[in-house]
Amino acid sequence: MVAYVVRRLLLAVLTVWAISVLSFMIIHLPPGDYVTSYIASMSASGSAVSEGEANALREQLGLDKPITVQYAKWMGLMLQGNFGMAMEWGRPVSDVIGDRLTLTMVISVAAIIFTWALALPIGIYSAVYPYSFADYVFTFVGFIGLAIPGFLLALVVMYVGFAYFGANVGGLFSPDFAEAPWSLAKIWDLTKHLPIPAVVLGVSGTAQLIRIMRSNLLDELRKPYVMTARARGLSEYRVIMRYPVRVALNPFVSTIGYLLPYVVSGSIIVSLVLSLPTVGPLLLKALIAQDMFLAGTIVLLLGVMTVIGTFISDLLLMWVDPRIRLGRQ
Amino acid sequence: MAAHAAVPPPAPETGLLAEDRIAVATQWQLMWWRFRKHRLAAGGTIVLIAFYLLSLFADFFAYADPQESEAQRSLMAPQEIHWFDGGSFSPHVYALTGTRDPLTFKRVYVPDPAKKIPITFFGHGEPYELFGFIPCDRHLIGVSGAKAGESLFLLGTDMQGRDLWSRLMYATRTSMTIGLVSVALSLILGVVLGGISGYFGGWIDTVIQRIIEILRSIPTIPLWMGLAAALPPDWDVVKVYFAITIIISLIGWTELARVVRGRFISLKQEDFVMAAELLGCSKARIIFRHMVPSFISHIIAATTLAIPAIIISETSLSFLGLGLRPPAISWGVLLQDAQNIQALVISPWLLYPSVAVIVAVLAFNFMGDGIRDAADPYL
Repeated sequence: MVAYVVRRLLLAVLTVWAISVLSFMIIHLPPGDYVTSYIASMSASGSAVSEGEANALREQLGLDKPITVQYAKWMGLMLQGNFGMAMEWGRPVSDVIGDRLTLTMVISVAAIIFTWALALPIGIYSAVYPYSFADYVFTFVGFIGLAIPGFLLALVVMYVGFAYFGANVGGLFSPDFAEAPWSLAKIWDLTKHLPIPAVVLGVSGTAQLIRIMRSNLLDELRKPYVMTARARGLSEYRVIMRYPVRVALNPFVSTIGYLLPYVVSGSIIVSLVLSLPTVGPLLLKALIAQDMFLAGTIVLLLGVMTVIGTFISDLLLMWVDPRIRLGRQ
Repeated sequence: MAAHAAVPPPAPETGLLAEDRIAVATQWQLMWWRFRKHRLAAGGTIVLIAFYLLSLFADFFAYADPQESEAQRSLMAPQEIHWFDGGSFSPHVYALTGTRDPLTFKRVYVPDPAKKIPITFFGHGEPYELFGFIPCDRHLIGVSGAKAGESLFLLGTDMQGRDLWSRLMYATRTSMTIGLVSVALSLILGVVLGGISGYFGGWIDTVIQRIIEILRSIPTIPLWMGLAAALPPDWDVVKVYFAITIIISLIGWTELARVVRGRFISLKQEDFVMAAELLGCSKARIIFRHMVPSFISHIIAATTLAIPAIIISETSLSFLGLGLRPPAISWGVLLQDAQNIQALVISPWLLYPSVAVIVAVLAFNFMGDGIRDAADPYL
């Protein structure tokens, strides 16, 4: 058990390191740096930036050092929780991102809860009554759910809301609460706005999970121990829920590991359509402005959050699956 | 293989009994029989063939220049085709005159029933070069007595007055081929790395598996966005196209590698592989002559199932404005126009390209499922 936790923890640390290198690389791939794009935007608005000013700015931001030094410096700051300055905003990155990152995770977790709440009963039903009418309906709807990219679903939801109900279904808060400090009323307002983004984000994951759950449970139900349980006269509910579902649940839990990155990743683009105050719109803006600290920090923090989520799901798996808990891999 | 009994063969044509036919059928024949039974898969395959024909002959199916913009034709609704004229079959459309609504400043187009424009099929129209070198000017649909681009709007026009039908034809070409090119790259990476991982095992396997695990636990869209945003803005359409395919396949190979590795590991224990080893076959011969033919069908299935994800990725990236950029035309680029909800409510036809995305992705999923079921009855 300890070995399992240590192994997972090591992998998580390794993943975080890989993400940090990747996010740092991304930021350095484009030719030119923040100063170049700053000069371009200044000259577009009519004011020129002199060579000296540009160099001073580079020095101030540490952009004149070799890339490995810049990376080391950046990582050092990250580890201290100092995420640097968001250049375009002239404010610390942590200020700009803070709430938005939390909201990204809130939405992602809400989407996963929705996914589970729907996929579990439907998957069980489809496996217990395979090839029934409802099973076919769920399979069909699931296929469609898989085929519609999240942003398209978001567009359609926005369109329907706007065209038929005259309401803007985007956003996460009512206008009264958007700028208000956190309070119970604001959290309640958030809860009311959560279902639409959660559903939009969760649909394709739900479709996948239903199929996984259905095939896992179908396999289990064919095994002799199920027949034994039935022969001993256990109620049908107990026969199914007590043993096969528990076994089939195992791969279900382990899928959080990839469901979370998938949902977080989807939330970025869905947020843009539904204008949710998550890191999505911020990331797009930062990338376009080539604001390296902001974009890099967003990609890094998103990755780290996802890794932590995956790690938690690993621990959960240990709790569900005695084979892991008792030391076998 | 016990599974053979499960395949009900088609009616014997050659006089052989059903069981004999199964006994002598090749692996591919067995797969084909099984695949044909899968209705959805067969339907998906037909749809995909249609899509690729459409991509191949995009210039023939389009009737207008996809880039020609004209402010006078901005945001026209899809046109109604009148199939009959006074009881006889003669498809035509009405000429449209555009005026600006003085109150809303929105352009309104009024059809003029007096001016009928007859529709022609396989008629002459805009000249183009078929496959890039055969000069041609036949189009599936056209009009007689006028320029098609100025009088025919089957799916309406976009903000710049470009014909959506024609643009959709070219977009289909881009989006459907980007899936193929990208999956080919993923396939190479996946087969090589998955093969090495599965065949050699040991520490190489561990390293490759950890790399895959790491890649899979990174949220892909932010990463893609970052990489795509890093492309120099002055690159031309072709360069960006290939850069995007590379970016997508760099992360997309992991699933294929997983399938290949799994197959390698299970095949390594088969008797025929050991027999080949004992006979002194070289590693390359064992892999390519003995192992690969027995799991190539699985690779085909996994590849087919990987394409829809790639299409969705390209569409999403282009939709964000980070993937292909105009003047390239892809489904994502077309859908970029639908980003603005207010514009969408006024002109809902801008969302039509999404139907193509969904149908293509569904068709690939159905076909891939069919191939997988046909390839391995035990899965």
